[in-house]
Amino acid sequence: MSKPVVATASLAGCFGCHMSILDIDERILKLIELVEFNKSPIDDIKTFTKQCDVGLIEGGCCNSENVENLRLFRKNCKILIAVGECAIMGGLPAMRNGIPVKECLEEAYLKCPTVDDNIIPNDDELPMILDRVYPLHEIVKIDYYLPGCPPRADLIWEALVALLSGKELQLPYEVVKFD
Amino acid sequence: MGREDAVVKQVVAKYNNDKTRLMDIITDVQHELGCISDDTIRCIASQLQISSVDVEGVVTFYHFFTKTPRGRYTVYLNNSAVALMKGRTAIAKAFEEAAGCRFGSITSDGTIGLYDTSCIGMNDQEPAAIINGVVFTNLTTQKVKDMVAGMKAGKNVQDMVTEFGDGANQSEFIRSMVKNNIMRKGPVLFAPYEMGSSLKAALSKKPEDVIDEIKLGNLRGRGGAGFPTGMKWDFCRKSEGAKKFVVCNADEGEPGTFKDRVILTEIPHMLFEGMAIAGYAVGASEGILYLRAEYQYMKKYLEKILGDMREKNLLGKNILGKGFDFDIRIQMGAGAYVCGEESALIESAEGRRGEPRNRPPFPVQKGYLGYPTTVNNVETFCCVVRIMLEGGEWFKKMGTAQSAGTKLLSVSGDCSNPGIYEVEFGTTVQTLLEMVGGRTAKAVQIGGPSGTCIGKKDFGRRICYDDLATGGSIIIIGPDRDLFEIVHNFMDFFVEESCGWCVPCRAGNVILKERLEKIMSGKASMKDMEELESWCKIIKSMSRCGLGQTSPNPIYTTIQNFRDLYEAKVRKDVDYVTTFDLMAAVQESCKAAGRIPKVEEH
Repeated sequence: MSKPVVATASLAGCFGCHMSILDIDERILKLIELVEFNKSPIDDIKTFTKQCDVGLIEGGCCNSENVENLRLFRKNCKILIAVGECAIMGGLPAMRNGIPVKECLEEAYLKCPTVDDNIIPNDDELPMILDRVYPLHEIVKIDYYLPGCPPRADLIWEALVALLSGKELQLPYEVVKFD
Repeated sequence: MGREDAVVKQVVAKYNNDKTRLMDIITDVQHELGCISDDTIRCIASQLQISSVDVEGVVTFYHFFTKTPRGRYTVYLNNSAVALMKGRTAIAKAFEEAAGCRFGSITSDGTIGLYDTSCIGMNDQEPAAIINGVVFTNLTTQKVKDMVAGMKAGKNVQDMVTEFGDGANQSEFIRSMVKNNIMRKGPVLFAPYEMGSSLKAALSKKPEDVIDEIKLGNLRGRGGAGFPTGMKWDFCRKSEGAKKFVVCNADEGEPGTFKDRVILTEIPHMLFEGMAIAGYAVGASEGILYLRAEYQYMKKYLEKILGDMREKNLLGKNILGKGFDFDIRIQMGAGAYVCGEESALIESAEGRRGEPRNRPPFPVQKGYLGYPTTVNNVETFCCVVRIMLEGGEWFKKMGTAQSAGTKLLSVSGDCSNPGIYEVEFGTTVQTLLEMVGGRTAKAVQIGGPSGTCIGKKDFGRRICYDDLATGGSIIIIGPDRDLFEIVHNFMDFFVEESCGWCVPCRAGNVILKERLEKIMSGKASMKDMEELESWCKIIKSMSRCGLGQTSPNPIYTTIQNFRDLYEAKVRKDVDYVTTFDLMAAVQESCKAAGRIPKVEEH
């Protein structure tokens, strides 16, 4: 029987959730036995080469490339999981949501004391910035959410194992409490 | 800077450099300067020797305080659900056209400012607006045109009031066009009574016996929550404190309620007498009437009544020769619904942002300035007066087992006789509908937005604490109304009025409103509706005070009682629908960068 296929991506996130995936320590060897990775920064596969069973997404959507990537994941993954605060709620990047995007761009590219060419980048190669940072579930259907900033390695591990083995997920308070 | 400095100094001195009177200080300074600029904030802060942030926090918390000028004439047009039912939209348009500016802004010459405001307690005579503190009711587009012309000509606002309402609204101290609309008088509040007789009866008893009589009458708080008044007073009496306070909550901000307005207009002496009785019972010598800013037009009149009562020795030193001292001051609010919550009200009266406190300690333990304080509703104090005269037994005979006495209801919306009705507790909604000329109703909102919305099948239910509890707001929704628009208006209100202290209420109400909008747009799936319901439960159970604990009710109770309306809007063919529109989302940034959005390949 072929192994379940997992893909991962970091959109408008800090890779902290991916670090947390690595934080499962020696269990990563077990994970490799358990699953096969497809598109993911972990194995550096850039494009989907097959249909995946599980997609893990870190970060929300702040630009058009994030949206495209997310939609691609939805299309290629049977189960899509929002991992961490940014994916679920927008997180720190969403702090700009109360400020008009024009003001943000002006502050970053025109008014900032360390810039000197004074233009807002407008190359077609660049992703287009969204009016605000969106949590994933506002753009595509999300099947599961793993909360935390980042979610603890144990939570990610337990969730993956439960999902792949069909067992019920145990969520002790210590694993999901954040204060 | 010179004038600002002088004004601030003078006002601060008037309040003896007392930082707990910050509400009054800001009100007075704003009255002189038109707004509270950053410079003025610094000025006030340095005079009071507090931080600028503390002053700014207060200025930005209240709806009627402003950091920027709001025009020599500031129009606050009510945007409650009933105002909308009564044609508010056309009135708003007429104001904008005549004045030449949009709502939320002032005219270029700074003459007129147009602003929305939450329910101003005039639901029985909407559309209504407050202009520089003066109330204008039953507005028509023609009246608006005339008023704006008057403002442009520099007319005095009070002079624009050409006809007066009934009763004390005609008093030289009020001179308002507001009508009382007393539609039904009952035995407790609006039966004849002689000023001072009740206080005399109370002072002839021991304070404990006064409390026992209230307990015997099974009087419960009339603000809506229904806490037993006698028990509250007992706690307050037994609390240790060098001083104690009696506070009257006249901040009736629940959209649709206006009964306190009528009590304050017609029987304020009864209210003040009740406060004095409370003072005697709990051992307090100071009382505070916390009056919502919207009722500022009555302040001069209420001061006059207090003066009359002092002259008659019903207030002041050695009242009626019984050695009991008690006096009352009026504390004005500045526009914040949450200040109707008793601990937020106390915070506000102490000159801070009206954010609810953690409890315990309860106000009866540590209230105003840290002293034991009993906070009661306007109507509750009036009930006390009647109980002192007629006795607890008499009082208890009316109403139901758990809800003794009568209740003053503010009825508005789609009925032929809006106004106030004093009815016995236990009256069914159907009986009330017949009384007020609202038989055709398809829904009735009991207790305002924070209460319950019921449909025809529940019209046999009774108005009382054990069934449909209410602080008095009854909004009748006629057969042709779009219920969603009303619910949406209520959610707008809660988003606006959440104090922002706790996340479930601050963020949760926005989530509820957005999800409701998704349903209204026909883009929601059943999943959205399930989530909407669970959000309601989360916000109700996780919020810190009564605001967030009840704010999901418009959605929650309409889903319960009008599920078919929701299901008709929800898509059943899909389990997920997005409202995200990439093209729309990139417009602003592309415009700022000077590029043409291309979304095809996404």
